Amino acid sequence: MSAVTKAAPEAHASAYDVERVRAEFPILSRSVYGKPLVYLDNANTTQKPRVVIDAVRRYYEEENANIHRGTHWLSEKATEAYEGGREKVARFLGATSPKEIVFTRGTTEAINLVAAGFAREYLQAGDEILITGLEHHSNIVPWQLACERTGAKLVVVPITDEGEVPVDEFEKRLTPRTKLAAVSHVSNALGTVNPVKTFIALAHARKVPVLVDGAQAAPHLPLDVVDLGCDFYAISGHKMYGPTGIGALYGTEAWLEKLPPYQGGGDMISSVTFEKTTYNVLPWKFEAGTANIAGGIGFGVAADWLSGVGLAAVAAHEHDLLLHGTRQLSMVPGLTIVGRAKEKAGVISFVLENVHPHDIGTILDREGIAIRTGHHCAQPVMDRFGLPATARASFGLYNTRAEVDALVNALAKVRKVFG
Amino acid sequence: MTDLRDLYQEVILDHNKSPHNYREMTDATRMALGYNPLCGDKMKLYAKIEGDRIADVTFQGSGCAISKASASIMTDAIKGKTLAEAEALYGKFHDLLTGPPDVKADGAGLGKLAVFSGVREFPARVKCATLAWHTLQTVLKNTQDVAKTE
Repeated sequence: MSAVTKAAPEAHASAYDVERVRAEFPILSRSVYGKPLVYLDNANTTQKPRVVIDAVRRYYEEENANIHRGTHWLSEKATEAYEGGREKVARFLGATSPKEIVFTRGTTEAINLVAAGFAREYLQAGDEILITGLEHHSNIVPWQLACERTGAKLVVVPITDEGEVPVDEFEKRLTPRTKLAAVSHVSNALGTVNPVKTFIALAHARKVPVLVDGAQAAPHLPLDVVDLGCDFYAISGHKMYGPTGIGALYGTEAWLEKLPPYQGGGDMISSVTFEKTTYNVLPWKFEAGTANIAGGIGFGVAADWLSGVGLAAVAAHEHDLLLHGTRQLSMVPGLTIVGRAKEKAGVISFVLENVHPHDIGTILDREGIAIRTGHHCAQPVMDRFGLPATARASFGLYNTRAEVDALVNALAKVRKVFG
Repeated sequence: MTDLRDLYQEVILDHNKSPHNYREMTDATRMALGYNPLCGDKMKLYAKIEGDRIADVTFQGSGCAISKASASIMTDAIKGKTLAEAEALYGKFHDLLTGPPDVKADGAGLGKLAVFSGVREFPARVKCATLAWHTLQTVLKNTQDVAKTE
């Protein structure tokens, strides 16, 4: 079983020591405009615990060398550390083997890798790619590019007023022409948790492979890709308390063997002549050029650290923040929460009557509160609700009820400025 | 420390609440769309150009208080002006917004537009204040005889 299950022995919210977790994040003790930092922009990127920062620094200070090619001591050390990172990420996701983990720059590149491969080998005019109305631009645009190249069609499952993707609407759009379904596990804009396991079962019953955009799920829910049954799962290190510029694509060995390389270059080959090049084995077939070595190491440490805290405990803690936040924010006059799915992660998107989200963001910022305002790289979601933008508070494992209250109090100041 | 009141001055809040010249113009001679991809704000600017003079100018759209008030005050300020005068005003306004934050802004010659002097201390919001003016640039550039400021 995955390290996730091992590392979360029956943790309950009550046993969860948020202050101890907070103490591991150096940045959380800083102030902004003279106020203690209240960081509620975790769906955007998360802060980094000391162990991750130390791991990255230690690599540069003690083990820096290129990987997979040196005969010298440092190169061996660096290779060990980087491949160790891959093993940790594999364990985190519950993958059967590190071979199924391709390091990428992030979720976006992971999805592009699959979309480009599909466009080259598997898509023809008239084929369909199925996505949902909840997707982030990174799970829309790569498929549009693939469709442009091949004449395939993008089919979108509509979402409800609550921000949910109905299972029957999804099923209805699985046709003999569907070549792949790409769905987000958790919506970044609204927080909706999609029933991806059901989607995958329905798709597989029709032999349709499924890619899951897990960027917003991996830091917040216990995960096991084998249990989910997905063919691909894409994640970003920086949303999981790890470094930026590193992410991973999980793919079943069968699929990764079938997909063509994404980029050509060093490290992804076994042998090169001007006549013919043989590609490297998995997962290096997909990793051209010198990798983000420090990123891979830091990502692994972050994944282990997160498993150590325990995803079940994290999910329970963040659910408590979601309930508390939803309750408190609902009482703010003129405030409407956008996205009221039954299953939600710790994301609250909202609008305030007669105040533009951008103005909310600026006023909260002066109170030391960081939230995101705008379309959250999910313009179709905004269009669905007829909004140009929303304000979004998104919780991480270090947030507290007191911070949620600080947000609510600051919104009263917004009201005061705007009368 | 910068006070929020430097940014959200009464005049700005008033214009946000009841923007001037906020309507579609059916007999406009020129129209341009402004878009801020960062926040999704959209603006439509209508103008009636007679000779080299801006006889009338109106706008519509969704935006934050800064962008709405900026469009409102801009339309007041450039109505009746020549194209060259509007350009010159844009140059001055731009300087007002992008000058060094530690230097007190000099709003000379800007009239009511000087209320945006606080924006330079909020770099993330400069684009909100210039959206209407960038859209105006598109309207002005519709002809070949308009000088470029940059």
